[in-house]
Amino acid sequence: MLEIKGLCAGIEEKEILRGIDLVVPQGEVHAIMGPNGSGKSTLSYVLAGREGYEVTAGTATFEGHDLLDMEPEQRAAAGLFLAFQYPVELPGVGNANFLRTALNSIRRARGEPELDAVAFLKMARLEIKRLAMADDMLKRNVNVGFSGGEKKRNEVLQMAILRPKLAILDETDSGLDIDALKIVADGVNASRGPDFSALVITHYQRLLDYIVPDRVHVLSAGRIIRSGGPELAHELEAHGYAGVVNEAA
Amino acid sequence: MPAVAETLDVVQSATDAGYKWGFSTDIEMDLAPKGLNEDIIRLISERKEEPAWMLAWRLKAYAKWLQMEEPDWSSVKHPPIDYQALHYYAAPKKKAGPKSLDEVDPELLRMYEKLGIPLKERAILAGVEIPEGERPPVAIDAVFDSVSVATTFRDTLAKSGVIFCPISEAVREHPELVKQYLGSVIPAGDNYFAALNSAVFTDGSFVFIPKGVRCPMELSTYFRINAQNTGQFERTLIIAEAGAYVSYLEGCTAPQRDENQLHAAVVELVLMDDATIKYSTVQNWYPGDAEGRGGIYNFVTKRAACRGARSKVSWTQVETGSAITWKYPSCILLGDESVGEFNSVAVTTNYQQADTGTKMIHIGRNTRSTIVSKGISAGRSNNTYRGQVKVMPKAHGARNHTQCDSLLIGDQCGAHTVPYIESRNPTAKLEHEATTSKIADDQLFYCRQRGLSAEDAVGLIVNGFCKEVLKELPMEFAVEAQKLLAVSLEGSVG
Repeated sequence: MLEIKGLCAGIEEKEILRGIDLVVPQGEVHAIMGPNGSGKSTLSYVLAGREGYEVTAGTATFEGHDLLDMEPEQRAAAGLFLAFQYPVELPGVGNANFLRTALNSIRRARGEPELDAVAFLKMARLEIKRLAMADDMLKRNVNVGFSGGEKKRNEVLQMAILRPKLAILDETDSGLDIDALKIVADGVNASRGPDFSALVITHYQRLLDYIVPDRVHVLSAGRIIRSGGPELAHELEAHGYAGVVNEAA
Repeated sequence: MPAVAETLDVVQSATDAGYKWGFSTDIEMDLAPKGLNEDIIRLISERKEEPAWMLAWRLKAYAKWLQMEEPDWSSVKHPPIDYQALHYYAAPKKKAGPKSLDEVDPELLRMYEKLGIPLKERAILAGVEIPEGERPPVAIDAVFDSVSVATTFRDTLAKSGVIFCPISEAVREHPELVKQYLGSVIPAGDNYFAALNSAVFTDGSFVFIPKGVRCPMELSTYFRINAQNTGQFERTLIIAEAGAYVSYLEGCTAPQRDENQLHAAVVELVLMDDATIKYSTVQNWYPGDAEGRGGIYNFVTKRAACRGARSKVSWTQVETGSAITWKYPSCILLGDESVGEFNSVAVTTNYQQADTGTKMIHIGRNTRSTIVSKGISAGRSNNTYRGQVKVMPKAHGARNHTQCDSLLIGDQCGAHTVPYIESRNPTAKLEHEATTSKIADDQLFYCRQRGLSAEDAVGLIVNGFCKEVLKELPMEFAVEAQKLLAVSLEGSVG
């Protein structure tokens, strides 16, 4: 599914990723944990194709295609979804309109028929119900006036509607209370299956109590310094990043 | 490359391909010789079969115009206009004046079809019900260069006492109304372009809604400039008697031509007690190419006189076209408790210049006005909001709220806000808010990550920015306007 080899990247001449090797097989959920400044968000931005990040070495392929050669919207159409750490506000743009435009752009790119407003709303309402979210979510403007928790829930709703093959969740748990955390985790777990992979980027082990990963990777100073099973997250929680980083060094 | 830099690149490559109305129609024309003088004015008057008083009115306006100078107070820049190099009358040959649809030149009908302007009323006339989801009927006056070529639904409207006809016909058929109201809101000597228009106006629409009548359908005039080196001088006059209501729309397009063409219109609205006029414009004249060659000079004077108590006028405009837009639809709030609204979206790209806004003159008691202006600038364009709010000594309790928002795309365009606020009554309450923002890189990236192309993303963000104004347009028009905004900014962001 996702294969990253020797990836080096940075922003404004500052090197942040210093040789990332990572494979996320189809159907698996991997977690990336690491202290602040280790390059977690940079990795998610580079994979999603944000402007301003320069890849200096290495490769990243998605289902065998060169991910780094694609425009952000092509990556989305290929099935890559990024749940933002700080979801962006779009004043005056209704959530339903935004999501339908997004979904139809992706469907068009894949040569699938577009959904009309009625079919879309029916589908979107089902997802909202399934995720136990408020009905007015679709009527409101994209993230405008949303609380931190609502913004994250909106990301999960978008993911549920766009049905990506690979979801990257960039610190989706930050700023969430326990109830919101459960809703987000339930949303991700509901998507789990043989056709869904996820890269869960988080600072804390807490989220991984709800989304139990197949593998856990520790990112430090732009490199993955340890990988292991879900128990690695508990080890980190018990000993802190310092212990693991020192051990690796 | 940062999105903004890429934006500019694509703005530069966005050329005429974006202007889908730029074709010209090959049709045999009756063209006045180039130039402007009394003889040309006589010729126009003669072609229109006008009574003597009308010609005298025109000549008087012409004499005033000769004494006047082109205004230079706005922010727009252009080389001097050679008024002698223009044709002041251009009409399709043979079939002058209004007629039944069956007589309209098929070439013209094809053109309107291509423009998406329905000049058919057959289905509705035959009593066929409109299927759900389709547009309700809109009566249309189609003005082609200097003449109205067709006006639909006139008979249906006449049953309610509504007069909807080309103004040239109103001059002949309803002289008492035209004499009473023409130039009563915008006198011939009001300004340079109004004087020019008064001397040489050729066609436009005349609307009269009698007392207590709610106009049974939307009225619409579609202006098309086709001929080369021709100025279009439209004149529109709408009269809403006490308690009358009308929603009126105007649309405009022109072929792509390398030279600049002049469009100097005058629109006058008159409202009596409790009358309401909603006047919506989607202005899409050819804006010129990516290098700033060609395009329409759009110098327009629009003004409403709210003469009656509780009368209400609402100007809504979506301005995407023209090389230069110079336009300030205004409201004279004379009647007590009369209301003026101005809702505007002005988009400029490439080298377009827009200097547009409104004037709200509060004279009566408890008069209210609101101004919502949304300016969007891309490329190397310049977009200025210029608005005046004036409260006269007797306008006790007058209120105004003004909101001007500017959205910048790229870093080579300009947005300017020039408010003039003058209050001569201490009880007046005036508020002015202004914001300037840019389409942020993170907004674009967010949309693109969800699968939207950069262009769709800009369209969505811009439409969101303009939502307050677009919701004021009649529904079917709002959809058109949304599409138009997207097309106008096509390629303005990469």
